[in-house]
Amino acid sequence: MLKEGQVRIPSGCAIAGIFSKDGKNFTGDVIVDAMTVMHDRSNGLGGGFAGYGIYNQYKELYALHVFYDNTSAKEECEKYLDSKFEIVNLSKIPTRKVDSIKDVPLIWRYFVAPDHNKLADSQLDEKEYVARAVIRINSTIEGAYVFSSGKNMGVFKAVGYPEDVGRFFCLDEYEGYSWTAHGRYPTNTPGWWGGSHPFALLEYSVVHNGEISSYDANRRFIEMFGYRCTLQTDTEVITYIIDYLVRKRGLTLDEVSSIIAAPFWSTIAKKTEDEEKLFLYFRCMFPSLLITGPFSIIVGFDGGMMALNDRLKLRSMVVAEKDNTFYVASEECAIRKMAPDIDNIWSPAGGQPIIVRLNCEDK
Amino acid sequence: MSINYVLPLFDVLRDPARCIKCRVCERQCANGVHSYDHELNLMLADEAKCVNCQRCVTLCPTRALAIRESENKMRANANWRESLIREIYKQADSGGVLLSSMGNPEDMPVYFDKILINASQVTNPSIDPLREPMETRVFLGKKNTPIKRTPDGRIIPETEPQLELSMPMMFSAMSYGSISYNAHESLARAAEELGILYNTGEGGLHQDFYKYSANTIVQVASGRFGVHKAYLEAGAAIEIKMGQGAKPGIGGHLPGSKITSDVSRARMIPEGTDAISPAPHHDIYSIEDLRQLVFSLKEATEYKKPVIVKVAAVHNIAAIASGIARSGADIIAIDGFRGGTGAAPTRTRDNVGIPIELALASVDSRLRDEGIRDHVSIVVGGSIRSSADVVKAIALGADACYIATAALLALGCHLCRSCQTGRCNWGIATQDPELTKRLNPDIGYRRLVNLMTAWNHEIMELMGGMGINSIEALKGNRLMLRGVGLNEKELEILGIKHAGE
Repeated sequence: MLKEGQVRIPSGCAIAGIFSKDGKNFTGDVIVDAMTVMHDRSNGLGGGFAGYGIYNQYKELYALHVFYDNTSAKEECEKYLDSKFEIVNLSKIPTRKVDSIKDVPLIWRYFVAPDHNKLADSQLDEKEYVARAVIRINSTIEGAYVFSSGKNMGVFKAVGYPEDVGRFFCLDEYEGYSWTAHGRYPTNTPGWWGGSHPFALLEYSVVHNGEISSYDANRRFIEMFGYRCTLQTDTEVITYIIDYLVRKRGLTLDEVSSIIAAPFWSTIAKKTEDEEKLFLYFRCMFPSLLITGPFSIIVGFDGGMMALNDRLKLRSMVVAEKDNTFYVASEECAIRKMAPDIDNIWSPAGGQPIIVRLNCEDK
Repeated sequence: MSINYVLPLFDVLRDPARCIKCRVCERQCANGVHSYDHELNLMLADEAKCVNCQRCVTLCPTRALAIRESENKMRANANWRESLIREIYKQADSGGVLLSSMGNPEDMPVYFDKILINASQVTNPSIDPLREPMETRVFLGKKNTPIKRTPDGRIIPETEPQLELSMPMMFSAMSYGSISYNAHESLARAAEELGILYNTGEGGLHQDFYKYSANTIVQVASGRFGVHKAYLEAGAAIEIKMGQGAKPGIGGHLPGSKITSDVSRARMIPEGTDAISPAPHHDIYSIEDLRQLVFSLKEATEYKKPVIVKVAAVHNIAAIASGIARSGADIIAIDGFRGGTGAAPTRTRDNVGIPIELALASVDSRLRDEGIRDHVSIVVGGSIRSSADVVKAIALGADACYIATAALLALGCHLCRSCQTGRCNWGIATQDPELTKRLNPDIGYRRLVNLMTAWNHEIMELMGGMGINSIEALKGNRLMLRGVGLNEKELEILGIKHAGE
C-alpha cells in the first residue's frame, strides 16, 4: 500500500481550539477533553494538537519536532541539522504508554538557532532559512519528518484517537495560552504519523476539516515558490498558502481570507466602490489560491488564532467567547465541554474570518 | 487535354417521387452541381462539382435530396489510400501545391477523448449550479506584480492590464476577407452580448465594427495588413500572430478574388491583389526581436492593453512559451494542429504541428517548473469542440479557450472544407454578395450567443459535479482528470493519472 504523500487521501475530521486573549495558560488536557465528545468524528487513524507559549524557557529558539523511522534517518538528519544550526538542546519527546497507540516512531525534539555564518552566507532571512531546511529534510531525507518548526510552540500528533494521542504525549504537563486540536477520519490510510494533523511550518499550524476540490490547482501554484507538498493533504497546502501570502507577500490574515475564501462576485458587487476594487484585485491577482470545496480551518500563529470556513460554509464550525477566552470547534458540544455555561455560541458565515489576538503583545 | 482522372467524391441522390422540380437546389448551389433540363423536365446533377456542403439537402422543401460518399471506389489498398491517389492525379494535372481548408481531418489521436473528468462522491459534496453561485469569470493577464500599499498601509488595487471574460472562452482569429462581413458582425455582436472577445484576425478592422472595440482583439500578423494607430487603439487587446495551428511555419494567402473593395480598405491593400503574409515576421527573427515588437505595441498604446502572442503548437513549444513569457507578453495563445483555416497547403495542415492537449500540458508544466506561470495567461485553441474540451483544457492548465470552428458551425458551416474556393454556400467563407447575404447576422449572432451560453451552463454543471464553484479552482487542477487507454509517456506529458489510479 502506498504511504501518505505517495497517494492523496481524503478525510473528514473534528477540529477545536481555545485561546486566551489575556495570555492565561491552560494545560493541554483542556483541549484533549473537548475532543473526547467529538469522538465519532474521528476513526482512530489520526489525532493531534498544537500548543502556543509552551516553551517559554527556549522561546528564542526554533523547536523542531521530528519523527524518525529508524536510527540511520536520525543520524542523517542530525548531521544535516548540525551543518545548518546551532543545536542548543535535544531530547526525546516524553511520552507515556497508551495501548491503542502503536507503531511508534522515534520522536525527537531539537531547540535550535540558525548558524550565524551559514545564515549570513545564504542571504536569506532567518525564517526562510529555517523553512528551507525543514522542506529539504522532509523532501529528501528518507524516514525523517519534521512536523513542527516554530518558536515557543509545538505540534504533537500520532495515529490514534485524539484523546489517546493527548495522553500519549503527556499534554497535561504542557501549559500554553493557545491550543488547537484535530481528530481525523481518513477514508483510507496506511497509518503514517506524519499524515496526522496539525500541519505546521514555522509558527503557523493548521487544523482542517474538509476535502478541498481546488487541491491540485492550489498545489501546483504554490509549488512554484519553493514549497513541496510531500503529504498531498489539504492541510499542508493551506499552510503553505498562508505562509506564502503572509510571510512572503506581506498580507494580513484578513486579506488572506479574502483570497482563499474570496467572496462571490455577486457579493462583491454589493460592496462599496473601494471594497469592490480591493476584492476584485485579490481575485484577479491570486486566482490560483482560491480554495473551493468544504473546509473549516483553525490557524494557530504566534500570539493569535484564526478560524475560517469555506465560502459556501460546507462544513460545520461554531465559535464562542467568554471572559476573554475564545473557543472554536466543529460542534457545539466540544465548546460546552470546555465552558459548560457559555451562552453566546454562534456560527460565522462562510468566508468570514474570525481572528483573535493577545491583548498584550509581550507574551 | 488529357482525361480528368479525378472522379466524383459524392453521389447526389434525388428521389424522383419527391422532387417537384422547384429548382431551389439549382439556385442555392454556387458550385453549379444542379441544373434543370427543360426538354426532359428533369433535374440533373454534375456530382464532380459537389463538395457535400449539405446546402441543397437542407433547403430542399420536399426532402428529395441526399448526398452520399460515392460508392464508386478504386481497388482498396491500405498503403495507397484512395485519397492519396486522387491527390497525385490532381497534382499531375495542375503541377501545384495541394490546398485544403479547416482543420486536419486525419485519424490522429484526440487526447481530449481519452481524458475523463472527476466528480464528488461522499467525502465532499457536489454543488448544484441551479441553487448555488457558480462562477466562470476569468481575468487574463500578468499576475506577478508586487503588492503596493499607501503610506497608511492600504493596498493599492492596481494590476497590469487584464482582459475580463464572463466565461473562459473567446472567438478565435478569423479575418474579414477569409470570412464575410456578416460572419464578422455576428461574432462581434455575440462577443459584446456574452461579455467575451472576438478576434479580427490579420485582415484589419472594418470601420463599422469599431463600435465593438471593448470586445475586440486586434491582430498584428506578418503581413501587417490593416495595422494603424486607430486600429491598435480600437482593440481591448493586441495579438501578435506568430503562427497558426493549421499551418505552422508558413504565412497566409488570401486570393485576390476575395479582396473586394471593403476588404481592400480594411486591409489597406489594392482591390483584387493577393494578400500574402510572409512566413515569418520580417522584424522578428528571434526571441529578442519579439520582445521589441511587444514593447513597441505597448508603447503605441500606452501600456493600457494586454499583448497576446499567438503561436502554433510545435515540437519545442514549452521552450518557446517560456521565451514568450519572458518577452513581456501578457498572454500566450497556443493553437493546436487541428486548428482550422480558410486555406492551407494540405501537406502542412495534415503533417505539421502537435496536438494542443500535449502542447498545453507541457507548456503549463514548464512555466510552473520555471516559476513563471503567473507571468502570463494561457489561451488554447485548435480544436476545442465542446464544453467538455474546455473543462479538460482548463484542468490541464489553460486560463481560457479560443473557439473558431465551433463558432462557424453555429453560423451554419457544414465543414465541407472548401473555404479556399471562395464559394461558401453558407455565406461564411466568401465575399460573393449573392452568397454572403445568406448569413443573417441577426440570426447568426443569436446562435453564437446560444452556443456559448449552453457551453457555459455545461461547464458549470461539470464544475459543480467536481465540487468546484469557481473556474479559478479548476485551472491546472489535473487531479480532476484521468486518462483512459493512454501509455505511460502520454500520461507523464499530460501530467495526469490513469483511470483507476
